[in-house]
Amino acid sequence: MDEFLLRAVSAGIGLALVAGPLGCFVVWRRMAYFGDALAHAALLGIVAGLLLGTAPIFGVVGVCVAAALILAGLQADRRLSSDAVLGILAHGALALGLVLLSGMERVRVDLMGWLFGDILAVSWADAVLVWGGAVLVLALLRLHWRALVAMAVDEDLARVEGHDVGRARLVLMLLVAVAVAAAMKVVGVMLVTAMLVIPAAAARRLARTPEQMAVFASAAGVAAVAAGLAGSWRYDTPSGPSIVVAAVALFVLSRLLPQRN
Amino acid sequence: MISEAKPILLRVEGASVAFGGQTVLDRVDLTVASGRIVTVVGPNGAGKSTLLRLALGLVVPASGSVFRAPAVVGYVPQRLNVERILPLSVHRFLAMAVPEVVPSRRLDEALGQLGAGHVLRRQVAELSGGELQRVLLARAVLRRPGLLVLDEPVGGVDMAAQAEIYDLIANLAHRDGVGVLMVSHDLHVVMAATDDVVCLNRHVCCAGHPEAVGRHPEYLALFGPKAAGSLAIYTHAHDHGHLADGSVLPLGDGHQHGPDCRHG
Repeated sequence: MDEFLLRAVSAGIGLALVAGPLGCFVVWRRMAYFGDALAHAALLGIVAGLLLGTAPIFGVVGVCVAAALILAGLQADRRLSSDAVLGILAHGALALGLVLLSGMERVRVDLMGWLFGDILAVSWADAVLVWGGAVLVLALLRLHWRALVAMAVDEDLARVEGHDVGRARLVLMLLVAVAVAAAMKVVGVMLVTAMLVIPAAAARRLARTPEQMAVFASAAGVAAVAAGLAGSWRYDTPSGPSIVVAAVALFVLSRLLPQRN
Repeated sequence: MISEAKPILLRVEGASVAFGGQTVLDRVDLTVASGRIVTVVGPNGAGKSTLLRLALGLVVPASGSVFRAPAVVGYVPQRLNVERILPLSVHRFLAMAVPEVVPSRRLDEALGQLGAGHVLRRQVAELSGGELQRVLLARAVLRRPGLLVLDEPVGGVDMAAQAEIYDLIANLAHRDGVGVLMVSHDLHVVMAATDDVVCLNRHVCCAGHPEAVGRHPEYLALFGPKAAGSLAIYTHAHDHGHLADGSVLPLGDGHQHGPDCRHG
């Protein structure tokens, strides 16, 4: 196997492991649009990274985290529906990013790469970053697991039963922001939410407990990365969309299984 | 009954709550002591659920104070929506209510008490409204609470079982000394065992002991003789009415302000 493919597979697997459990919370708590909004806003992060002269990924992480904090603040204020807030933030930031990018004449950016992912271009440094982030995210999820599951069932009940719901919610938003930033490199802005939502949805049929669903979602994500990259290699198709197509195929297959209860 | 002072579990004093400039609760007073059942009645939009959420610390008062003794709280919300995509068995949902590992036998017992023993292996998202209500009650009881806060505990439960559930609540209060704060959707039917009734319409219209009138033939016919002791008509005279927006409308000679009245 060529080295660049090895790098791609390892980064993709690292991402899929994290996207499994995080994606479960995204579907349990109806946060799919939240992930999408972060991904769109992340394009602004690329511009910020270029303007500051750092690697774009740092700009992306910074903007995703900032956007998550702003959204958490805005959602506490119930006068605006969170759907509307997300829409404004997502498309406002995406449009601003594109406008600013067009003004930077001397910088050449692989826009298609950011929009649809370019996993084959990841470096070993990127792969190490993804794995380091993955270990950190999984550790934080483990630490807050009980509170996060209780919150997914019902926030009021969780609070009455003594869970720190405010902190758990913030942790979840920040972790999703980090995962979105990492996933951008792999599948691109337009398909980031797919990596979170589709493996989790595919895992539902087989799972009887929240923990099973998280583990199966990780497995489904890893399988989708492997199958997608293999297909991309074999048929010379774009890597990001190929991974998502593989994930969707897994989801469709899962619907053919009987529901376990 | 021994008339010794029961420890206070919850005391709300002059608490007001406003959402977006709209007053939802206006200088409300409420006390729940150990072994007492306090029932909140009132029309839709009266702020009953908000009062419960205030008591639980889920809503912060704009003014006034809420004191809660350090007791384990069991809470039954008005409704609970569990997404079908969340795989959660009733067994797990019950076990989540307590921090320690609970033996299955205790879960069975808690459900059995509420006539829902058969749903233990089912998914929470697939329960009917009445079944979910019983599971929520079982879950609250499982916590061995000092204070029970129940938002319409028999909502969606069939008539025959309602009386049994009220009996269970009365037992918890009068035998085990649990303080109970609950909302009843129905202005007229409250428990005979209720020790205090709080009539709420943004402010506390009146509060006091219910008069047991549960011998009505229609109630006997409806609920059966066993339920006769559990159900009563709460009667009291209002000296004021309410406009559509909930503000006070004087009736007859107008509202006679009591010694504790601070509104109007």
